[in-house]
Amino acid sequence: MNAPSSTLFTAPPEWQWLIVLYFFLGGIAGGAYVLGALIDLFGGLLQRPLARLAYLVAFPATVVCGLILTLDLRRPLRFWHMLLQSETFRPMFKAWSPMSVGSWALLLFGFFALLSFLSALGEGEDRRARRLAPFARLRPPGVVGVVVAVLGALLGFFIAGYTGILLSVTNRPIWADTNLLGLVFLISGASTAAALLALLGHRRAAATGVHALERFDSVMLVLELVALIALVVSLGGIARLWLSAWGALFLVGVVLLGILVPLGLYRRSLRFGGVSGLAAAALVLVGGFLLRVVIILSSEGA
Amino acid sequence: MAQAMGFFTDTTVCIGCKACEVACKEWNQLPATNGGANTLSGNSYDNTRRLDGIHWRHVKFVEQFTPDRSQGRWLLMSDVCKHCVQAGCLEVCPTGAIIRTEFDTVVIQSEVCNGCRDCIAACPFGVIDINPASGTAQKCTLCYDRLQVGLEPACAKACPTASIQFGPVAELRKRADARVSQLQRAGETRAHLYGADDTMLGGLNSFFLLVDRPEVYGLPPDPKLPSRNLKSSSWISVAGAVVVGLAGLLSFRARGSRP
Repeated sequence: MNAPSSTLFTAPPEWQWLIVLYFFLGGIAGGAYVLGALIDLFGGLLQRPLARLAYLVAFPATVVCGLILTLDLRRPLRFWHMLLQSETFRPMFKAWSPMSVGSWALLLFGFFALLSFLSALGEGEDRRARRLAPFARLRPPGVVGVVVAVLGALLGFFIAGYTGILLSVTNRPIWADTNLLGLVFLISGASTAAALLALLGHRRAAATGVHALERFDSVMLVLELVALIALVVSLGGIARLWLSAWGALFLVGVVLLGILVPLGLYRRSLRFGGVSGLAAAALVLVGGFLLRVVIILSSEGA
Repeated sequence: MAQAMGFFTDTTVCIGCKACEVACKEWNQLPATNGGANTLSGNSYDNTRRLDGIHWRHVKFVEQFTPDRSQGRWLLMSDVCKHCVQAGCLEVCPTGAIIRTEFDTVVIQSEVCNGCRDCIAACPFGVIDINPASGTAQKCTLCYDRLQVGLEPACAKACPTASIQFGPVAELRKRADARVSQLQRAGETRAHLYGADDTMLGGLNSFFLLVDRPEVYGLPPDPKLPSRNLKSSSWISVAGAVVVGLAGLLSFRARGSRP
């Protein structure tokens, strides 16, 4: 008789809706920063408003992420124990613990996201912008701006993807039965960030780059579909846990409404214009959220 | 370091009296479930249900009966933290709250833990949970406070049948080997030790004598460290980041941005 998977003998950590929300917003924050940096570093002048929008999204989302994570602790006032040893006040860091590395990465990413947020605010004509004008140098093409964008983007990639690795570095069913969750969350983070920027940017000066965002997101959706197929295959026998309402939500909510339908709508938008791109972006955001719902809560209930 | 101390739990002599559960609760001042208004689980005589933040010992009742209940046997096992030599909880704990003591046991420092619950997901045995009274993750400490003053853990002290034996792990292993041999000579060929050698997580300092497959007792057949996925997950994600970055570069470079 085949022995059951050992991950089925473990206890759920009760990571619920706050963690679902954090994983979703963290993906958007990291992804948005990466997109902003890529546009700033390689895009044309016409796309700069889109990068500015990305930075304006990334930092507030990161702040909300920090608050959510703190609230989710059973002892929220001890949030700083993640960073400092409570007795000695020396740095607390474990390179082999994704949650430890993630805590530091979120702090550092927040710093770079703040710099870019200020630089984005510093670009404009109003009084506030004039006051923050010195920060505008923190955006490319200047050397300092390039350094900030590159370091921030590397951390952004990390923030978007480490949450999946954190789940895999446990012993819980589904999470620990695959090593592809980091990849899936990273791609989904880039995808949902592109979708949000497309939604927010279509009526603004940032609209110039929206079609580029739609093209990029189409590529991300194809990659996500491939990664999700690989994920289900990698789960092996434990995938039977998804022969349930979770599996239905995964197929209908994540794959169909969150990937396949938006792919068709983006295609239509890129060919004929119109509002189908907006509908696609909205569906991508819903699908990205549901992906995290399915991954996290289906294991919690197992 | 003092020598490694641990438990040898011989399930064949457990009578399900739950003295270990009571002694553990009393010594460690663990609160009652629902303020004492407990409900029956409907699962044999087990109303503790599982190890958690306020139950650091749990006597499992496994009924193996024929449908007409004319033949069968009870499997009774007092479950507890395994105090793994390679401990998954200790590995992932981001605050440093989980430490290895001078007795080679694994202890959660309640005043350091912030309740992130990563250790709960990392434990291969489902041992740890939040104690609602403290808001921190808790589990068996192998009575660290008693060990420091030369006392044995409360559960082992209370066990009336010596199902729970406490002592230096090396000595316990010898005793356990002798007991397995004795049982096998007597015809109980299924008797075997779970976690007594270092092939399972470097060795469990709290190990068991079983007379059926581990999963029958609710024990994982092949427990592993959470870090087994760390390297592969990380490298796959790095490769993914490179692909996403390249896709972004191609999508947003000045030439490709024309509508």
